[in-house]
Amino acid sequence: MAGLKRKQRIAEFPEVIPVTEAIQKGDIFTKLTCLIMGAGNFARKQIIQGLLFLAAEIGYICFMVFYGVGALHDFMTLGTETQSKVFNEAKQIYEYTTGDNSQLCLLYGVVTIFVTIGFILLWRAAIRSSYIGQLAVSKGNTPITFGQILKELKDRRMHHLLMSFPLLGIVMFTVMPLIFMILMAFTNYDRDHLPPGKLFDWVGLENFGRVLNAGGTLGITFWKVLGWTLIWAFFATFLNYIFGIILALIINRDGTKCKSMWRFLFTLTIAVPQFVSLLVMNTMLQEHGVFNLMAKELFNAGPFPFLSNATWARVTVIIINLWVGIPYTLISVTGILKNIPAELYEAAKVDGANAFVTFFKITMPYMMFVMTPQLIVTFTQNINNFNVIFLLTNGAPATDEYYRGTAGKTDLLVTWLYKLTIDNKDYNLGAVIGILTFILMATLSLLTYRNTGSYKDEEGFS
Amino acid sequence: MNTTKQHSASAKRRVTNVLVHVFLTVLSLIWIFPIFWVVLLSFREQKGQYITSFWPEKFTLNNYVKLFTDTAIFNFPRWFMNTLFVAICSCVLTTFFVLAVSYCLSRLRFKIRKPYMNVAMILGMFPGFMSMIAIYYILKGFGLTEGPMIYLALIMVYSGGAGLNFFISKGFFDTIPKALDEAATIDGATKWDTFSKIIMPLSKPIVVYTILQAFMAPWLDFVFAKVIAGADPRYYTVAIGLYTMLNKENIMNWYAPFAAGAVCVSIPISILFLYLQRFYADGLSGAVKG
Repeated sequence: MAGLKRKQRIAEFPEVIPVTEAIQKGDIFTKLTCLIMGAGNFARKQIIQGLLFLAAEIGYICFMVFYGVGALHDFMTLGTETQSKVFNEAKQIYEYTTGDNSQLCLLYGVVTIFVTIGFILLWRAAIRSSYIGQLAVSKGNTPITFGQILKELKDRRMHHLLMSFPLLGIVMFTVMPLIFMILMAFTNYDRDHLPPGKLFDWVGLENFGRVLNAGGTLGITFWKVLGWTLIWAFFATFLNYIFGIILALIINRDGTKCKSMWRFLFTLTIAVPQFVSLLVMNTMLQEHGVFNLMAKELFNAGPFPFLSNATWARVTVIIINLWVGIPYTLISVTGILKNIPAELYEAAKVDGANAFVTFFKITMPYMMFVMTPQLIVTFTQNINNFNVIFLLTNGAPATDEYYRGTAGKTDLLVTWLYKLTIDNKDYNLGAVIGILTFILMATLSLLTYRNTGSYKDEEGFS
Repeated sequence: MNTTKQHSASAKRRVTNVLVHVFLTVLSLIWIFPIFWVVLLSFREQKGQYITSFWPEKFTLNNYVKLFTDTAIFNFPRWFMNTLFVAICSCVLTTFFVLAVSYCLSRLRFKIRKPYMNVAMILGMFPGFMSMIAIYYILKGFGLTEGPMIYLALIMVYSGGAGLNFFISKGFFDTIPKALDEAATIDGATKWDTFSKIIMPLSKPIVVYTILQAFMAPWLDFVFAKVIAGADPRYYTVAIGLYTMLNKENIMNWYAPFAAGAVCVSIPISILFLYLQRFYADGLSGAVKG
């Protein structure tokens, strides 16, 4: 299967020569390139390319000799020498000896691995370049010069020109940190093993066992937080969706005046930054906040424990999320609602159906059919909805029932992850939660992406 | 008989219309209320969080004055300039990254194209700031978390991963007919010419959308900025600055100035957003139809 796919890829891009082929069919200079990068280029008088490849190889070897090998060794052990106190006789004070720092060992190890991967890619490019030069010479052409390559960057190789910096950015600021963090899930890097004072070490899958084991406090916390996350995501997605559609229908119905004004008023809330609106909401919902004040002045009721009682807080965040989310639904469904064939509604009217029947028998089925992929995307976004929970409740009310009080009753997996890493320095647990969230998201997304037309048939348009 | 029936039907419709408008009015009042409340707070004389009456007893501009002049603890003007600077720089980089990547993925065919899109999808499924701590340590390793280097760190963090946000603009480029490219190639244009002289001028809406979106990000983010700027308030952006005003120890004195700051930040963001809205709606409906 994999071999077949590979063959297809080769057939699709015939100009990309496989490295194995280049080595097998290459002449002595191409074969020499495997050892001394740039050798083939020198033989073909492509001096600048040759020098660049050679410089890269020398640079990599120096890096590995002076630094990389040690870094890889430390990466395996994560440090052996703990920082310790030594009494300095001359100064009559205790001095700290610098021990190993496990966290830096891990980081530098990851960096070294990335540099090595980059070097291997360059090595393959060198062999290919040499083989292409050889082919050109054997056909009686002049091998491509450095100037021509630069020119090609604006034409045939433009993707190299345009993609390399963004790719570098992604590798440095997304992929590398992510790998670094994922590796932490397999260590005991928690609040009891903080470098430089203490070392941490590889522990294999132990953390996963602890988090998934429903017998311990940590496991109980995980399953309960996961349960609430799913409940939250379900309500946050579907209530917003249904009420958003109803609101859009009401605004768009024939008798409603000033349609764009209503739409403007409802979408105005998106325009205010969430950290402003939700932080203010938080203070409004406090015991002495304006909502309780109004309840007292108008109805002489309350104070209500909007955010201090677990059940109240959960219902409150779902309701406040309606305020956050309905405007988004309103924007995205307005166009689609207009696409519903008018004949359907007319036929329903002739048959004497009232507004409710038309809504449930025509509008909802049509919308569900069109928007199911987007709904599942929204669902996964809600699983990771950090802002609403973090700003509105910050996970409160807190509870002792949960692992070392790290999570509160309204915490989602993401906010718990945040608290574990930033507030409590339990990096290994945070990483495990992140990986498990990823698995949850990936499962949900696979169900949809694979089934949408745009994934299967990307070239369908145009 | 017939006329009375018609009459009652139109009366019924009128009642429904009135009910609908009353409902919309009440609902939109509820919707606007928190925003109205922030504005009201920013003109309130009472500084703390605990209020005794709904309507302020006295209006004042002091909160705005305090925000811009009392810079000993909370240097709002400086934060504003920090954010503006970071926003402009990261906006330039991000726009270039996003447009370059999405154009390549839409128009060019090369070997890593499909793998790239799949990897982007997978990366998108990890919780966004799971790697935040790791990014912090990597930046620290380069010495970018001290002093003015924090600006560079913030710019790099906001624009570093931009190459992954290609979905909307790629969708836009996909809708521009390929025949244009082919015609240009026949006329001897290089791919660079096609990109810069033909496709870009045709893509003004998506360019504007990308620029504004990138410009807004540093004003809205407080998670990354907080981790990177750390404990040094001189390098805060407005979002973290305002966020710290609501700490337990500050909220008694700074709640009303916070509201004033919130109003100052929200006005430009709102204007940008309302301008963006049409692109946003188009982009979404396009994605669904595609």
